[in-house]
Amino acid sequence: MSHSVTRHTVSGPAEPGGPGLPTPGGAVRGGKPASSRRRGPSPTARRQRRAAFLFLAPACVMVAIYVVWPILSTIRLSFFNWDGMSEPSFVGLANYVELFHAQTFYTALKNNLIWLLLFLLAPPMGLAVALYLNQAVAGIRIVKSLFFAPFVLSGVVVGLIFSWFYDPTFGLLAVILGHGVPVLGDPRYATFGIVFAALWPQTAYCMILYLTGLTSLNAEQIEAARMEGARGWSMLWHVILPQLRPTTFMAIVVTIIGALRSFDLISVMTSGGPFESSTVLAYYMYDQAIKYYRIGYSAAVAVVLFAIMLVYIVYHLRRMLRAEQ
Amino acid sequence: MFPIPIDKWKPATRRMYKLTLPVALLIWLLPMIAVLVTSVRSTEELSEGNYWGWPKHFAMFDNYREALTTSPMLHYFWNSVLITVPAVVGSIALAAMAGFALAIYRFRGNSTLFATFVAGNFVPVQVLMIPVRDLSLQLGLFNTVSALILFHVSFQTGFCALFLRNFIKQLPFELVEAARIEGANEWTVFFKIVLPLIRPALAALAILVFTFVWNDYFWALCLTQGDDAAPITVGVAALKGQWTTAWNLVSAGSILAALPSVAMFFAMQKHFVAGLTFGATKG
Repeated sequence: MSHSVTRHTVSGPAEPGGPGLPTPGGAVRGGKPASSRRRGPSPTARRQRRAAFLFLAPACVMVAIYVVWPILSTIRLSFFNWDGMSEPSFVGLANYVELFHAQTFYTALKNNLIWLLLFLLAPPMGLAVALYLNQAVAGIRIVKSLFFAPFVLSGVVVGLIFSWFYDPTFGLLAVILGHGVPVLGDPRYATFGIVFAALWPQTAYCMILYLTGLTSLNAEQIEAARMEGARGWSMLWHVILPQLRPTTFMAIVVTIIGALRSFDLISVMTSGGPFESSTVLAYYMYDQAIKYYRIGYSAAVAVVLFAIMLVYIVYHLRRMLRAEQ
Repeated sequence: MFPIPIDKWKPATRRMYKLTLPVALLIWLLPMIAVLVTSVRSTEELSEGNYWGWPKHFAMFDNYREALTTSPMLHYFWNSVLITVPAVVGSIALAAMAGFALAIYRFRGNSTLFATFVAGNFVPVQVLMIPVRDLSLQLGLFNTVSALILFHVSFQTGFCALFLRNFIKQLPFELVEAARIEGANEWTVFFKIVLPLIRPALAALAILVFTFVWNDYFWALCLTQGDDAAPITVGVAALKGQWTTAWNLVSAGSILAALPSVAMFFAMQKHFVAGLTFGATKG
């Protein structure tokens, strides 16, 4: 499985100056009629091929340098022992062996799973808020935008806001509960505290997706269902949700990606602590590389994270390309 | 319409609904409101323990001035501008051309290339971190805004190209053909025919990429060190460590960090939402 994307990118035209982007004889839309195409490309076709190449080249070069090559390079580095300065030495699978024996790796993996599961609460919560707000009342537009506002905030700001919310001496949570609970200082609660904070913007995101989805519902179907006596939950479940399927799909996609990418909030709120209890793969990797200069090892962590995501990327790509055809 | 429009509700329930709206909004935004209130609270009040009551005197001017002058906040803010604006312009320019080529021309490898752009979006950024950091070091760009600009341009190009390619595919192809018959060359087709038609999409992308890049923290941490090129997200996060107790300053800094993206969002809301929900109703 791990080849499919890299293979594309190696042999694909994403290489700088990639081998002949548009192939000879490739039918160019709006080109000359079929007869002239047989005898090699016509001047028009050739001109269009060159145009296609020139239009694509800058983007491809940048993506090749900053996205494709780094992925391959990270995979290569994960087989080396390197501190970032001296010569890297090849160690085979040693980094992976160490990784699979490291307690922190399992903590990170477990936390990634917690993130993923709890984060999937965002789509239903977003749907609930969207249903609540999907009314034509005076001023509803501004209410909708204000509900959405948390999504526009940087993860750093959200992290700061919630660190403060959880502060055991004066935080809002302490005020509400009447006594302080060191949410972020307690290994048992830290991850949950961070995920709760992250759900705030993510719910807003899902809400806006569903609000848009709700505007494009088929009114006739709903009226028909209403005539048949469908109400409330059964209406939602049997009539509305099937129509919202593309929206739900998209909401789940962005939520899963968001969950696996979680870094900012963890970095700002706990730095993975206390005692690395709230770390996730993304943070663990960063920590190993930047703080401990264990580049090879941290590359191995990144590769594992990438492999997890790859399952998902491949699934998504196949779905998308099939829809194209 | 679902749920049932409010006009068809009983008057009492309707009134109830309207009453719950501000309450719900207040609860939803409580964390944000708290920050706003704290940012205008004086240090004396905070040290007395008045965190949640209404501030007795407003120290808005003092707090913001202090946050702006005693820390390099303005410098960070300016760095953020220097990073974000070129990144937005660059990625959209590259993506418009690439999206155009992917949508208009047929050639072998088109789908592969497109798939690469799509897949690039989903890649966990951590997998790119070490080589990109290394590359920036080798190019002598480490700890400069250019390193961040180049990376953001490249990374966002994938997302924008995907978006624009789909958008251009929906345009009537006859327009392109007609222009060609009239003798327009490919560049003219792109510049004079397609570009004006995709202006709404470009606006939507510009605002999205602006918030993505402005809010970035991970790359700022990886590619900068110290104050020279650090954007505001790093600056605000550092503020927390520096003055753990000076929450009024932290809040003032947070507001400053949040202001541009929130303002952009409110100014260009329609485009923003259109961009964000593109593809959410079909496909």
